Amino acid sequence: MSSVAIDSSPGAVKPAARGRWMRSEEARGLAMISPTLLYALALLLVPVTLVVAYSFWTQNYLEIDRSFTLENYRQALTEPIYRDLFIRSLWISLATSAITVGFSYPVAWFISFHGGAHRNLWLFLVTIPCWTSYLLRVMSWKVILGYGGVLNTGLMSAGLIDQPITSLLYNANAVVITLVHSWAAFAILPIYVSLQKIDRSLIEAARDLGDGPMRAFLRVTLPLSMPGVVSAFLIVMIPTVGDYVTPKLVGGKDGVMIATAIQAQFGKGANWPLGAALSVTTMVLVSLVAAAVVLALRLVVRRIR
Amino acid sequence: MPDRPMISIENVSRYYGSYRALDDVSLEIGAGEFFSLLGPSGCGKTTLLRSIAGFDVPTAGEIRIDGTPSTLLPANRRPTNMVFQNYAIFPHLDVGENVAYGLKRLKLDAAEERRRVADALDQVRLTGLDRRKANELSGGQRQRVALARALVMRPKVLLLDEPLSALDKKLREQMQVELRSLQKAVGITFILVTHDQYEALALSDRIAVMFGGRIAQVATPKEIYQRPRTRRVADFLGGMNFLQAKLTSERSDSVSVETARFGTIRLERPKGFAPTNGHVTVGIRPERLRLLWDDERAPHELVGRVENRAYFGEVTHLTIGVDGLEQPLSMIETNDYGADDLPLGADIRLAYDPEAFVLLAEEGGSRQ
Amino acid sequence: MLLHRLRLLPFLPVYVAVYFLFLYLPILLLPVFSFNDAATTTLPLAGFTTKWYASLWGNTVLLQAARNSLIVGVCVSLISTILGICAARAITRYRFRGQRPATGLIMASLFLPEIIVAVSLLMIVLQMGLELSLVTVILGQVVFCIPYSMSVLVSGFEGFDRSLEEASYDLGETAIGTFRRVTLPVVAPAIVSSLLVTFTISLDEFILAFFLSGTEPTLPVYIWGQLRFAAKLPGVLALGSLMILASVLLLTAAEVMRRRAERRTQATPAP
Repeated sequence: MSSVAIDSSPGAVKPAARGRWMRSEEARGLAMISPTLLYALALLLVPVTLVVAYSFWTQNYLEIDRSFTLENYRQALTEPIYRDLFIRSLWISLATSAITVGFSYPVAWFISFHGGAHRNLWLFLVTIPCWTSYLLRVMSWKVILGYGGVLNTGLMSAGLIDQPITSLLYNANAVVITLVHSWAAFAILPIYVSLQKIDRSLIEAARDLGDGPMRAFLRVTLPLSMPGVVSAFLIVMIPTVGDYVTPKLVGGKDGVMIATAIQAQFGKGANWPLGAALSVTTMVLVSLVAAAVVLALRLVVRRIR
Repeated sequence: MPDRPMISIENVSRYYGSYRALDDVSLEIGAGEFFSLLGPSGCGKTTLLRSIAGFDVPTAGEIRIDGTPSTLLPANRRPTNMVFQNYAIFPHLDVGENVAYGLKRLKLDAAEERRRVADALDQVRLTGLDRRKANELSGGQRQRVALARALVMRPKVLLLDEPLSALDKKLREQMQVELRSLQKAVGITFILVTHDQYEALALSDRIAVMFGGRIAQVATPKEIYQRPRTRRVADFLGGMNFLQAKLTSERSDSVSVETARFGTIRLERPKGFAPTNGHVTVGIRPERLRLLWDDERAPHELVGRVENRAYFGEVTHLTIGVDGLEQPLSMIETNDYGADDLPLGADIRLAYDPEAFVLLAEEGGSRQ
Repeated sequence: MLLHRLRLLPFLPVYVAVYFLFLYLPILLLPVFSFNDAATTTLPLAGFTTKWYASLWGNTVLLQAARNSLIVGVCVSLISTILGICAARAITRYRFRGQRPATGLIMASLFLPEIIVAVSLLMIVLQMGLELSLVTVILGQVVFCIPYSMSVLVSGFEGFDRSLEEASYDLGETAIGTFRRVTLPVVAPAIVSSLLVTFTISLDEFILAFFLSGTEPTLPVYIWGQLRFAAKLPGVLALGSLMILASVLLLTAAEVMRRRAERRTQATPAP
């Protein structure tokens, strides 16, 4: 062993330790993610925290009273108009996500199991409509479902009906149809991903052990694709509860949702604390309902086994 | 010990939290040596190799390359080059561009660069393939490109991280031969990481066997196979029959032990041998036991019966039960005389050479 | 095999076809009616015309909105892709404490009702005394686009074999040189794909632009304003058709790039 270079090490202990940390995964990873993280902190976490803070304050004309109060929440939860809006919003988002997931599952299954070499093309075709302007798609549904719209005039010119059907547009059903259309790809993608992850030999094993195709599906494929179903549910349900454009354009009086009320508080109504409380309540309620749904789904799947 | 260490590793440790990937490892590797780091997965061999390459920074200790303290030196400033386990061929470059990758930094004139690339490709027998795309290469060709790309840099040390594990058996054996002659031709230090004991035995000048972040033994292939220091090393390098024995006498260069059926055996005393309570383990390789046919006699014989038999083509592995031994003995017999036809339960006689026994040290505090 | 499948699930292909019809019908209707020679969207079609497209050209307010959308789209796609690259690289390449919460926060806007993101940004902008402008739209849309940019990039980077970079360092290249000569060329398609996807999202995004744009409307905000007037519908249909066409082209380009990225990174694994 040579003793020549040893002299340099004792004095260099501290920088060496520091050098070791600077070159560590930890330091590099944190440095790398920090710009994005800081951006998200400044423009997502801070604003949302501010909303939460505002929901406990009061507004007197242009002044903000920063003393703590639950008055906004009392108003949000007890006033019939808001209560109805909450119930309808939750109901519509629940229906939308259930229908979207239910209708999309077979398509995701089809692409995953029978898509062959063109799986990616199928997926791409599914996603295209969902990437085009949301506003334009909602507008298009208005054109289809309207009183003088495509469906009514089409059916009339085909001689199937004499009078335009008025129940197509401006109600909750129209909202649900439009939202299901908007979010289809968001449901298919996570389900598809979780189906893709399933080892095909597991299904063969189930068949080998005596299950028919349906039972093998219920006992193996479905439970294993559950994570995808759950995230599809969440990814559709949570954003749709606060949807603004769809109820505004195709919802009419019976299809108004909570976002309209929130927007009003930041526009003409100009009561930020109430708007904030409505926003927070929306988030909390939708989280609770979503959690309940996820739990219920898990229970059902456990039963099947 | 090598006369001039090319790599010297001094008390190197690497902790991941409380997990010790390397635990106070010291080692010297000579210039021009073909050195192997051998051990099961998770033994720290790859961590040690990556510390030498500069991809992993030890928690403590010092690494010198050709006398230069290099522990914190970044990988791009070390005179080492690496052949990666999956070869890491740049997918967007062709073969020639892959090989020339490192040369671009040296700002050679174009003719010189071309010459060096061509020489390197010749060396690995890929002459004329420089316009081939990366994804058009077979596994063996990818490995050769990786070798050429590293060797063209004229490193002092070439590091090989399980370079043959992705190849099928036949190609692997062919590449072993080539790797060995390549090393002799270029004359630089090769450090090979492998979990395949035969590969290590066939290729290396010396081998370090590692377990649990520590080095269990460093020696030449022959010595490590014939004189393993511990039971674990012996086990990792192939089959071994272990016997419990009692120490009867001790001299400075030899010891005598008493075994159940093999009688008193005199053994060479290993370096630093210190029995704890008079009980020791001795071992003998299965191929050092030999069947005796008909009325053939041998100075040292034992009787037993065939308990199990497995046919391996050129040889047969036999399990022989011997009265008075806790474990049956395994042995390997060529099929020239019909060992593959021995019926189960047949009584046999076997011969052994007491010289073939080795005394095995207890694992000093390391975990089994 | 085919017969077996058909016997097993006779209705599935039909179902999938109907599902696709449901997905595409609304999108295809807009272009159809944009060439229809009538001010209303009724069947049967009245006749072919391109006058609605011609009417778009003289509309200065519309052209201004298009210019705004372009500015916003370019800025948003650049910023969110750069931030996406940082985050995607951090989570695919390194392991560090707080990785999960950090990723969770960055991806959170995907799991929030958009109106709440919009409202909270509006509050903070006004609270800080800033004017609503295209800048605020850009800031807001970037928050919304990062998750998409990140998922495109993460899948691009994940296939990226870490030992490629190590090989580059090992051959004497510096960190910056390695990024330029190895990382960038190999993941370039994923980056282009991210740019295209985020540009498309920004181009089509309405809620944040609606809340944050002030007096400078983007195209969707302009369209929203036009929807109140039934007479303007054909012009909006023409504009909408053009926007859909642009989106489809951009997305197709993004998909082609993404596949190229996939092929490139998949060339590496062991034989």
